[in-house]
Amino acid sequence: MKKSVFIGALAFAGLAAGAAAAQSTLEEVTNRGELRCGVSTGLVGFAAPNSAGEWEGFDVAVCRAVAAAVLGDPSAVEFIPTTGKTRFTSLNSGEIDMLARNTTWTFSRDVDLNFEFTGVNYYDGQGFMVPASLGVSSATELDGATVCIQTGTTTELNLADFFRSNGMSYEPVPIETNAEAQQQFLAGTCDVYTTDASGLAATRAAFPNPGDYVLLPEIVSKEPLGPLVRHGDNQWGDIVRWTLNALITAEELGVTGADAANPVESNNPEVNRLLGTAGTLGEMLGLDNAWAARAIAASGNYGEIFEANIGESTAIGLARGLNAQWTDGGLLYSPPFR
Amino acid sequence: MTAIPDRGNESFRLSQLIYDTRYRALTFQFIALVALITFIAWLMSNLFSNLADQGQDISFAFLASPAGYDINQQLIPYDSQDTHLRAAMLGILNTLLVAFLACATATVIGVIAGVLRLSKNWLISRLMAVYVEAFRNVPVLIWILIIFGVNNIIFPQPRAFRGADPDASMVLWDSIAFTNRGVYIPKPIWESGSAIVVAVFLLSIIGIFVFRRYARNLLYSTGKLLPTGRISLAIFFVPTLLAYFVLGMPIGLEKPELAGFNFQGGIQLRGSLIALWFALAIYTGAFIAENVRAGIQAVSKGQTEAAGALGLRPNRIMNLVVLPQALRIIIPPLISQYLNITKNSSLAIAVGYMDVTGTLGGITLNQTGRAMECILLLMLFYLTISLSISAIMNVYNNSVKLKER
Repeated sequence: MKKSVFIGALAFAGLAAGAAAAQSTLEEVTNRGELRCGVSTGLVGFAAPNSAGEWEGFDVAVCRAVAAAVLGDPSAVEFIPTTGKTRFTSLNSGEIDMLARNTTWTFSRDVDLNFEFTGVNYYDGQGFMVPASLGVSSATELDGATVCIQTGTTTELNLADFFRSNGMSYEPVPIETNAEAQQQFLAGTCDVYTTDASGLAATRAAFPNPGDYVLLPEIVSKEPLGPLVRHGDNQWGDIVRWTLNALITAEELGVTGADAANPVESNNPEVNRLLGTAGTLGEMLGLDNAWAARAIAASGNYGEIFEANIGESTAIGLARGLNAQWTDGGLLYSPPFR
Repeated sequence: MTAIPDRGNESFRLSQLIYDTRYRALTFQFIALVALITFIAWLMSNLFSNLADQGQDISFAFLASPAGYDINQQLIPYDSQDTHLRAAMLGILNTLLVAFLACATATVIGVIAGVLRLSKNWLISRLMAVYVEAFRNVPVLIWILIIFGVNNIIFPQPRAFRGADPDASMVLWDSIAFTNRGVYIPKPIWESGSAIVVAVFLLSIIGIFVFRRYARNLLYSTGKLLPTGRISLAIFFVPTLLAYFVLGMPIGLEKPELAGFNFQGGIQLRGSLIALWFALAIYTGAFIAENVRAGIQAVSKGQTEAAGALGLRPNRIMNLVVLPQALRIIIPPLISQYLNITKNSSLAIAVGYMDVTGTLGGITLNQTGRAMECILLLMLFYLTISLSISAIMNVYNNSVKLKER
């Protein structure tokens, strides 16, 4: 007995001591020469390894942009796959420097779990996918259905609320990863798969017969997805926040990845400040002035990243919708670079 | 007053703590204890200061707030607005359910396989050897996933039961449906008078024990052998059936019926429960089979031969002579197999079975972010359950172990 208590305490202290290193995240990343970025275990379009084993996707691009800004090398990233359950522990324990994993910005995650959301890179909402052969055209017809959900997510709670407020019953089937959910949904173990609408589109794109499945029109929640860091290291939070803002601003100002790779003096002073050909914004951040140019050059501006990974020309085929620039009627609105 | 030297009056010197063998052991144990306590205190203060650095504290207040999520298998009523504590209770009951089912099944499988492995029939003993080696040497998680996966693939969806000419149909007079979401079986409906039937049934079970004791005493005192098997069977069925029909069949059956997306009514044994239950049972059954075989082989061959010389038939030799002695050897390792089943049931999350690791240690932990508290509670739960199982089994072990008089 005494021995097991002792070993338990030792293990606890070991864990706790690991997180207590008194070094800023920026120093840690520069000393390591590598950014540790938590991503999903595999969601095509957002974060998944390609046939060559390289991670690519919409969330992966954010990690690469931060690595380019901080370390000057977009490939200096170690991608750490996390499940809906493990992601917060990984971030809190210091195993990863930032998390870019379709994570919904909520009050309790921001305040109670002590994280810092650095912005929104995708405005999403929870949707439902069913086999077309089921003949269901609205989520309000789903009374009594068996529903696959990824456990440990906000969708789990939204789902309970949605069915409760509509006076319907359902049978939840909790599942750990998107891949398992896909398997079970295709085997017909559940009638419905629910997650963020973008995730549904991405999952459906990977099906053998995507046309046999339909997304129901109802969007039952707000899911602002964005990258997050640990609370308390404001400098690191600023770096991730403004890297994301740089990608968004670049699209607004019409600066492409190719432009950023070879910055030239422009007539627009904000472009100059963004690309570091004028002003000292980078130094204020603790980096050099070309940081944003490198971040944009890594995989292009926000629009280019969107089109390449999840846009209408890809198998996933998401429209910009809410994720268009504010000038085009969307919600993307970066504070000015000044 | 005689001059006997009184050692008690000898003055005590501090150096005796080290040089006197009477005190030395105590001294060192005391020092070790103080060092250990100091070390643990340092680790704890380290833990708390690190938690404080991260702005976290230890608080169990979250247990009283609404859970907000739903759980599919509910042994007690539950709703998404109930507390995290109730969700944890649900998980505990689900853990206990699967652990109990798996322990019972594993024991039956293990005893049969263990005895058959010693069979003189070459084919049967080889088959059992293959079973033991195949199941013992593949991780239980793999077995859980295999059974779950096979279950998903070979059984039809509930939709397949629909229509005028369905692809699948229910079995046993339309009362049981095998689907890839689980097996639906009829549920008993208790109407007025059913309590009497149940009471009669329980009484007749007690009656069987009383009768068998009477038959044994009769055998020992007069040598008269009653046909216990047939009479026990009669006691088991006749009074209960009589009461059932006399009271006008008060226990009905609610058959599962296809309604909407799923079968409604009846009892649903979910695919996740079945996968976990059978995987744990056949995996641990293989270990129990080896325990049983070892126990039987440890009983001296002379016992079997002596019983044979007395004219006992082989199955009586096994039941009356070998197994009672083998039990003494089998029970202690059996306890640890039961503990293994209970602890391995925490692999439930692999197939989405909502045991206590899935509710308290999974969703609650995740939604509240109270990792330390949830894990502490989980450790406490598993520790309590394991110690309880072990205490109960030790009582049984004491009752069968060799009594020295």
